[in-house]
Amino acid sequence: MNYIALTMLMGDRGKYLGIVMGLTFASLIMTQQPAIFLGLMARSYSFVSDVGLPDIWVMDPKVQFIDDVKPMQDTELYRVRGVAGVGWAVPLYKGLIKARLYDGTFQTCNLIGLDDATLIGGPPAMLSGKLEDLRRSDGVLVDVEGAKTKLAKVPQIKDGKPVPLTIGDTLELNDRRAIVVGIAKTTRTFQSQPVIYTTYNRALLYAPKERKLLSFVLVKAKAGQNIAELTHRIEETTGLAAYTQEEFKALTYNYFLKNTGIPINFGISVTLGFIVGAAIAGQTFYNFTLENLRQFGVLKAMGTSNWVLLRMILLQAVLVGSIGYGMGVGLTALFGYAMRDTILAFKFPWQLLVFSGMGVSMICVFAALLSIRKVIMLEPAVVFKG
Amino acid sequence: MRDNTPAVVCQNVVKTYDTGSQQITALQGIDLEVHVGELMMLVGPSGCGKTTLISVIAGILDQDSGLCRVFGEDLLKLKNDQKLKFRAQNIGFVFQAYNLLPTLNAAENVSIPLIINGMKRREAVRKAAAVLEQVGLGDRADALPSQLSGGQQQRVAIARALIHSPRLIVCDEPTSALDHETGMHVLELLKAVAVDHSRALVIVTHDARIFGFADRIAQMDDGKIVRVQQSQPSNNPGRTEQGTHDVT
Repeated sequence: MNYIALTMLMGDRGKYLGIVMGLTFASLIMTQQPAIFLGLMARSYSFVSDVGLPDIWVMDPKVQFIDDVKPMQDTELYRVRGVAGVGWAVPLYKGLIKARLYDGTFQTCNLIGLDDATLIGGPPAMLSGKLEDLRRSDGVLVDVEGAKTKLAKVPQIKDGKPVPLTIGDTLELNDRRAIVVGIAKTTRTFQSQPVIYTTYNRALLYAPKERKLLSFVLVKAKAGQNIAELTHRIEETTGLAAYTQEEFKALTYNYFLKNTGIPINFGISVTLGFIVGAAIAGQTFYNFTLENLRQFGVLKAMGTSNWVLLRMILLQAVLVGSIGYGMGVGLTALFGYAMRDTILAFKFPWQLLVFSGMGVSMICVFAALLSIRKVIMLEPAVVFKG
Repeated sequence: MRDNTPAVVCQNVVKTYDTGSQQITALQGIDLEVHVGELMMLVGPSGCGKTTLISVIAGILDQDSGLCRVFGEDLLKLKNDQKLKFRAQNIGFVFQAYNLLPTLNAAENVSIPLIINGMKRREAVRKAAAVLEQVGLGDRADALPSQLSGGQQQRVAIARALIHSPRLIVCDEPTSALDHETGMHVLELLKAVAVDHSRALVIVTHDARIFGFADRIAQMDDGKIVRVQQSQPSNNPGRTEQGTHDVT
């Protein structure tokens, strides 16, 4: 009977493709839009991910997310270092600064100041130059995207392309000279401003004058130390907030979830996609069953049980669901691959595959249930009506 | 071929349809016997209850009251799965609109009753090809219904009704969608291949030109059987010797 079910389904190519395309569309929307959403949200904490080495981030208790810097006194660094279980603790400066460009215009940049001795917290990858070159006089690293776009030099010729910053070029940061000593690759941030790395003490010189300038203290626990316990101990001892890397990511992520319209906008897209996909696929599948009702009636009259008919419909639903899901997910993966080096945010974790799989399954089960109900209620005597 | 063993016994069968605003009594106390080896035709005007009666006889519709036994089985007393099994094993159907599955070829359509009865598809299709030979369509086994003429489709439907050797075949207007000549050929075929000493045929028809193929004709009107008569020899292309008289 499975063969009959599949032949019934695929025999009418137009309707079969209609159902598959509906499910493909639903699956595509249910994966592509959330993948963009997740990619965008992941950018909110991408800086935390880039600074991979520390176990714990220590900050002012009022900090709500990574860019919400509330400076602390430099002495907080020593208090943190004094907590039992801390292996090492280094300062990190993070702030906004205006860079004056070659043509005299200004560009707001993220300025990151790394511990002078260890340079912990540096970019994940260097494209040219070395991290240690930061120790050279006035040395700064610039992220490659910023170097190519917002910090690029004006074209030499009229209507020419901007010239990317390279090693040896200079910038002016708060009336002070900064020499590019390396180009780094960083993960795009939510705000997509250029990122400039330098040493902590030099960053304090570049930064606008404030009484307190220490943004974060990065902490590594001693070997064998329980991170959660150490976090708790730092908070108790210093009165500061301390988060593990994952907790700090979650804090940032949740801030954006709660305080921006992004989740609602994407939620609407995903919901609409789900509803439209469900409507198209469900309606087409239901119509398919309705149009085949007489054939189901014939099978029923000839002695086929409701259970077998139910299995036939479920098989049809599972088949179109699997193909539609596979095609939708495949298209989303292709989309992500095609957009991998663009400004578009895209993150496609396995959880999203499960989510969209459940969504498509729900559509199929819903459509199949409607159809099954119709077939089970079907009076086989319908076959005698001409 | 006919003997007096009853294949179908209906006693005082009543069936009422509830349409919401009114109740329509389609069968008003039907008494009917069809014997093994007999071809019985149910005739009468539209809406007289013919289709309801064969639906009850075929076990696809339950009567409200009265008795309907098919080869000794009281269908109303059978559980649903027993009834399905009984239908699958004992009853063959030929429909007015052929009701072939359009996406299956002729052999696959014919094989359906065997598959329902649990036979493997490949074996069932092989057997179906042999039955298609019997109805003269051996060379069209791979054709889809849409590639067959109306007469050929009805022959496929007859093959499908016969393949599992059912003891009762019910046919609903088997010739009404066919032209006269094709209709006569289909009935000749049906009579030749379907009627034998162990099987009964009940045919619902409006088509007076085929009355002669019947052993007996039950005339229905307004939910009742008003007359059962032997078929007339002059009208019966399949018989050479037959008396004609009212039996009820």
